[in-house]
Amino acid sequence: MKKKKSKNFIIGATITGIMLILVMIGCIWTPYDPEAMDVNLKLSGVSLSHIMGCDNFGRDIFSRVLKGSGTTLFVAVGTVFIGSFFGIVIGAFTGYYGGILDEILMRINDALFAFPSILLGLVFISLLGSGKYNVIVALGIAFIPSFARIVRSEFIRCKNMDYVRSAKLAGAGDLRIMFVHILPNTMNVMLSSIMIGFNNAVLAEAGMSYLGIGVQPPDASLGRMLSEAQSYLFSAPGYAIFPGVVLILMVLGFSLLAEGVKEN
Amino acid sequence: MLDIIDLNIEFHDHLVPETVVYDFDLHMEQGEIVGLVGESGSGKSMTALAIAGLLSRRDMQKRGQIIFEGKELLTCPRNELRMIQGNQIAMVFQEPMTSLNPVYKVGWQVEESLRIHHPEMSKEERKEKAIKTLQDVELDEAERVYNSYPHQLSGGMRQRVMIAAAMICEPKLLIADEPTTALDVTIQAQIVKLLKRINKEKKTSILFISHDLSLIRQLCQRVVVMQGGYIVESGSVKQIFETPQQEYTKKLIGAIPKCEKKVVTKKANTQEKTADTQDKTVAGKGGAQYGE
Amino acid sequence: MKYFGKKLAGLIITLLVVSFLVFAAFAIIPGDPATAMLGTEATPERLAALREEMGLNDPLMVRYGRWIANFLRGDFGTSYNYSMPVMDMIREKIPVTITLTVMSFLMVVLISIPLGITCARHAGGRLDRAVIVMNQVIMAVPPFFSGILITFFFGLILHLFTPGGYISYTVSWTGFLGYMFFPAVAVALPKAAMAVKLLRSSVISQMKLDYVRTAYSRGNGTKAVLYRHVLKNALIPVVTFLGSVLADMVAGSIVLEQVFNIPGMGRILLTSISNRDYPVVQAIIVCIAFLVIVINFIVDLIYKVIDPRISID
Repeated sequence: MKKKKSKNFIIGATITGIMLILVMIGCIWTPYDPEAMDVNLKLSGVSLSHIMGCDNFGRDIFSRVLKGSGTTLFVAVGTVFIGSFFGIVIGAFTGYYGGILDEILMRINDALFAFPSILLGLVFISLLGSGKYNVIVALGIAFIPSFARIVRSEFIRCKNMDYVRSAKLAGAGDLRIMFVHILPNTMNVMLSSIMIGFNNAVLAEAGMSYLGIGVQPPDASLGRMLSEAQSYLFSAPGYAIFPGVVLILMVLGFSLLAEGVKEN
Repeated sequence: MLDIIDLNIEFHDHLVPETVVYDFDLHMEQGEIVGLVGESGSGKSMTALAIAGLLSRRDMQKRGQIIFEGKELLTCPRNELRMIQGNQIAMVFQEPMTSLNPVYKVGWQVEESLRIHHPEMSKEERKEKAIKTLQDVELDEAERVYNSYPHQLSGGMRQRVMIAAAMICEPKLLIADEPTTALDVTIQAQIVKLLKRINKEKKTSILFISHDLSLIRQLCQRVVVMQGGYIVESGSVKQIFETPQQEYTKKLIGAIPKCEKKVVTKKANTQEKTADTQDKTVAGKGGAQYGE
Repeated sequence: MKYFGKKLAGLIITLLVVSFLVFAAFAIIPGDPATAMLGTEATPERLAALREEMGLNDPLMVRYGRWIANFLRGDFGTSYNYSMPVMDMIREKIPVTITLTVMSFLMVVLISIPLGITCARHAGGRLDRAVIVMNQVIMAVPPFFSGILITFFFGLILHLFTPGGYISYTVSWTGFLGYMFFPAVAVALPKAAMAVKLLRSSVISQMKLDYVRTAYSRGNGTKAVLYRHVLKNALIPVVTFLGSVLADMVAGSIVLEQVFNIPGMGRILLTSISNRDYPVVQAIIVCIAFLVIVINFIVDLIYKVIDPRISID
C-alpha cells in the first residue's frame, strides 16, 4: 500500500535536491574563480554579473557560496560517516553483550554526553589543529557517543526478540546475528538519527568555521564567510545574508525530509 | 429518575455518517441496578458515555433526549452539565490503570469531585471524607492508599479507588462501564459484591455495562440487551434469563457455562469460551438485524 | 532520599570521569608543557629541571590526582602564554557565560510552555499552523546567524542596542543584562522552537488518554483538565529535553559571545585554543562540563518531583 507522500517530504526533497545540484555544479564549475579578487568590485551589491554581489576582496559571493556549501556538505557527510560507523560498532557490541565493557563504555559515553558536540569538537581541534580533515575527525569523534547510545538501546530492545532467538537456534554466530539480523531492524531509527546528525554536523561545522577554528582558507566555507561578513554588515548586508540563507536552506531541507520520512 | 428517549448517536468523522446507537430507550428508578449487555461495538459504551455527558466531540451528532431528574442533559448548557458530572452522575471505567492520572496521588484524585462540587469544605474535611470513602470500598490501610500513586497499587485496588472517587459525592447514578473486564476473576466477584452493597446502603442507581451475562445475573434487576446499536430485548433479569424472546439473547445465555457458580476458578477458561461463542454468533448474524 | 544519594554518587563519578578524560586528552598530546613554557631554545638541563619541578615525570594517575585536588581548591593551573593563574583569567568571565546560558534557558521555558499549550489547545488553527512553519524554519537557523541577523535588524537598523557596546556587570548590572538580552534570544530561539514542538505534541497525545475522560467525568472544564491534569504529564518529556539541550546552550552561549563581542569564557577559550594554551583550555572545558553536569543533576531532581513513577533504577 503506497501512501501519499507528505507535504514535508515533498518540500524537503525539493530543497535538498536543489542544494545537491548546486553543490555538484559548484564542484565542476563556478561562474567566477572563487579566489579571484578584483579591487574594483569590493563589496559591490547584487548585479547581473554577480548575482549575490562581491565580498570585501571583490570575490564573487555566488561562486564562493557554491564552493563553501560543497565544503560544508563534505564535512557533514564525513562527520556523520565516522560518527555513525563507530557509533554502530560500539553501540552494537555494548548493547548485545552488555556486562562490564558496556558499563565502562557507557559511563564514558555519559561523560562525553555532558559536552556539547561543538565543544568536544573544539577540544579535538585544539589537539589536532584546524583544517577541513581535522574538523571531520574532531566532529566525527564528537558524534560517536550519541550514535552509540541510540544503537545500543536499539540492540538491547532487539536482542531478546523471537527472530533473534530463532536465528541463534539456527546456529548463527554472534557477529552474524548482530549485523545481519539485528542491524537492519534498527534502520528506521538509524535513518532518522543520521539525518538529525547530518544537520547537527552542518551547524557545528558552520559554527566552528565561524569561530575561525574550523575549515581554513583557501577552502571556502559558509561559516567563515559569515564571520568575515559580520564586519561589513551595514555596508553589504547581502554578504552575510546569502551564505546564511543557503545554510538555513541546507538544514531546513534535510530536517523536512527527516520529518517526512518519519511520517511515511 | 433517568429517562432516555429515542437516543441516536451518529459519527461524522468519515465521509458517510455512521450511526452507532439507534433509538435507545431506557427508564431507570432511584435505587435500581440495570445491566446493559452486548458484545464490543454494540453501542453500549457509547450510550454510557452519552449519559455521562462525555461525548462532546464536534464530529458527532446526538438526537433524542436524556432526562435526568427533570433536566435535559443533551441540550443543557455545558456549565450546568458540569454541575451534575461527578456530583450526581459519576462514572467508573474499564481500565483502572489508564483511567487514573499517573502523576498525582490517589488521595488528590479521589477528592477531586469534592473540590469541584463542594468548594466550601476545608482540606481536612475533604481528607476525612476521602479516607472514609476509601474505607467504604473495602480498602485496608486507607491512609496508605490515600498517599500512594496509582502505579503502586494492584489492579483491584485501583478499581476500588476509581469507585471511591466516583462515590465521594454520593451520586444518584453510577455508570460502570465494564468495570471488571480488566480484572482477575476473583476480583471481579468482589467488585460486583461491592457495587451491590453500595447500591443497598446508599440507594445509588447503577447502570452496569458488561459483556458478561453471568455478572449481570448476579448484580442486576433489569437487563437491556444491545446488538449493532439497537436494543434487542429488555426486561427483568428473570424474564430475560428464563424466557428470552430473541434468538440473539438465547445464544448469549446459552453461551454462559453452567458450572460458573460452583467452580469459581474455572471461570477464566469458560469466559474465554463465552467470548468465542459470542463472536461466532455475531459472525453468523452478519451485523445488526434486530430493531424495535 | 535514596534516589538523591544514588544520583549524587552518579554525579560525582561522572564528574571524575569527565575531568579525567579531559586531563588525559591533554596529557597525551605531543609537545610537553615544559617546552611550551621555556620555548624551543631552552637547554635540555633546564627542561629536565622544570619537568621534575612540575612533576611531569610522575605517572598519569598521580598527575591527575594532583591536578584535580588543585582544581577543587580553585587552583586551575598557570597559563603558558600569560604566566598567570588560570583562575585569575577566568574568574570574572564565568558569571558572564553563566548569565547568558541561564537567561536563554529561562527564555526557552517562558516562550515554549505558554506557546506550546496554546498551540495544542487550538491545534489546526491559524496560530498553530503559523507556529509550526515558523518552528521548522527557526530550527534550521544556526544560532550565530540569528545573532548576526539580530545585530543587523535590532542593532544597526532599529538601534535598540549598540553592537559591540558590551557593558560589564562590574559597571552596571542593568546595562549588562540589557546587552545580554539579544544574545540570549539568539541562543534561545532554536531550542525554544524545538520545545514548543515537543510540548505541543505531548499535550495533544496526553489529551487522548483515558485519565482525561475520567477528569471530565468529575465535572472538570477543559481548562481545568488541561492545567490540572494534562500539563504535569505533558511536561515530563519537555523536562528531559530541556536537560539534554542544556549542553548545547552552553556551547551556543560561547559562540554567541563571539558574535556580540562579549568577553566571556568563550573568548578566552578560543584564544587559548589558537595559542595552544592548554592549561586554560583544560580548565575551561572542565568548568563547562561541571556546569552542564550539575544543572543536569538539578533537572533530574525536578524530573523526580513531577514524575512519581521514576524509581531508583
